Amino acid sequence: MPLTISLPSILARLADGNRALDASGATVAEAVADVTRRFPSLAPRLVDEHGEPYPFVTYYLNDEDIRFAGGFGATVRDGDELTIVSAVAGG
Amino acid sequence: MTASLFDAPSSPSPATPSPFDALPLICSNCGARFEPEPSAICSSCLGPLVPEYDPHRTLPDRDTIAHRAPSLWRYREWLPFAGTPTLSPDSGFTPLLEAPALARRLGVARLWIKNDAVSHPTLSFKDRVVSTAINAARAFSLDVIGCASTGNLANAVAAHAARAGLDAWIFIPHDLEPAKVMGTSVYAPKLVRVRGTYDDVNRLCAQVADSFGWGLVNVNLRAYYGEGSKTMAFEIIEQLGWRAPTAIVAPMAGGALVTKLHRGLREFSDAGLYDGPLPRLHGAQAEGCAPIVRLVERGGGRLEPEIPSTVARSLAIGNPADGLTAARAITETNGWAAAVSDVELVAGIRLLAETTGIFAETAGGVTTAAAVRLAAAGRLRPDDEVVLCITGNGLKTLDAIADSLPEAPVIAPRLSAVAALVDASAR
Repeated sequence: MPLTISLPSILARLADGNRALDASGATVAEAVADVTRRFPSLAPRLVDEHGEPYPFVTYYLNDEDIRFAGGFGATVRDGDELTIVSAVAGG
Repeated sequence: MTASLFDAPSSPSPATPSPFDALPLICSNCGARFEPEPSAICSSCLGPLVPEYDPHRTLPDRDTIAHRAPSLWRYREWLPFAGTPTLSPDSGFTPLLEAPALARRLGVARLWIKNDAVSHPTLSFKDRVVSTAINAARAFSLDVIGCASTGNLANAVAAHAARAGLDAWIFIPHDLEPAKVMGTSVYAPKLVRVRGTYDDVNRLCAQVADSFGWGLVNVNLRAYYGEGSKTMAFEIIEQLGWRAPTAIVAPMAGGALVTKLHRGLREFSDAGLYDGPLPRLHGAQAEGCAPIVRLVERGGGRLEPEIPSTVARSLAIGNPADGLTAARAITETNGWAAAVSDVELVAGIRLLAETTGIFAETAGGVTTAAAVRLAAAGRLRPDDEVVLCITGNGLKTLDAIADSLPEAPVIAPRLSAVAALVDASAR
């Protein structure tokens, strides 16, 4: 399933400067694995040594925090957008 | 603005401004080092950056600090700059008031209120963090600052930016309390209401900071912003006569305040400015948004985010960025955490007001009600000396208590009518 992964600028430099990457997969985990196959230096920034997201990095699938939607196992559909942002302080 | 505003009133003004720089940064996760920059994220591991202080810098003694002007800059050696800051010279150094009646109600030996409800200029502790963030913005020659806010930070960013002559872009959830919206709009920032929760606003602002080159105080200036919170700990130590209480109760939203209280307490201890153990740090949240409390209760190292549902809007952060470090600070100091219902927090606002004369916003009600719970559970003990951190003013959240207060009687302008009321109240 094709979807778009939006990267923060700090990670885009590890993906040939692309802030938005096309990816495929049936789940968030598969989509992340797809882009880390093509851009291996992204891998340690996107997942920890257990293959899980870091606590200070949040993944949003179409505006929803994936931790409310099944985590890395969340199903993705054509045209979905997966946005990766780092945590922000309180307000 | 002259440098003399940051020194004792008798200090002469320098003929030329001293150089002013933000400190370099270090990743608190992997230890990678970075030049000073408006960035809060490690490019190696995406961990949070913090300022790196020179461990060999000269630190002032108690007497030197005591003779400085009464603002948070009296602790400037522990704030993330080299040279003299030029903006927001007079926030901080709020009152620390002893509250014997509330101490008796809680069954503790002594109790004080650290009263940031009267913080200058916007009546919340956010004046502290914006004071450091806006000086970081100046160090980086940024013309625009901004924030994602639950209200108090919006007030502070708008006010401090107005005074400094900077443009401000402020993003808030669409349904904030009217007082916090008006208390921001009056300073004429670019105020944007976002459909969604604070966590939605937060995500948007992470992208905004990444795209527009602005200084968003709690996003890309976060490393410098957070350091301002330490000054609350410094002031507690100094105002108690250079000693620590045995316990501190503080509200938790993103978790930064408890984290930075811990750091500030350790820094002053390391500097020899007080003796004895660190106080136990207790955190307070509303039951409708208590991810940090639940992490403390559950243990472990993974925070479960929540979708907030509470009238304590200033604490309604379901995905707290500093939740893990706050939970660690609590457990390392043998503290605990408590969550209270909206009914309890309203009762907490009233209890604080009736026993101390301090009118706090909903976060202060959470802190007071949590202290009641902690005392009932034996987490606050009869020999404890406790400080409650009250972080915002009750005039900002009038709606939360409107229905809980008795309606005042309306009488004719006659002495007999007053006499009837006096009789009734005596019964």
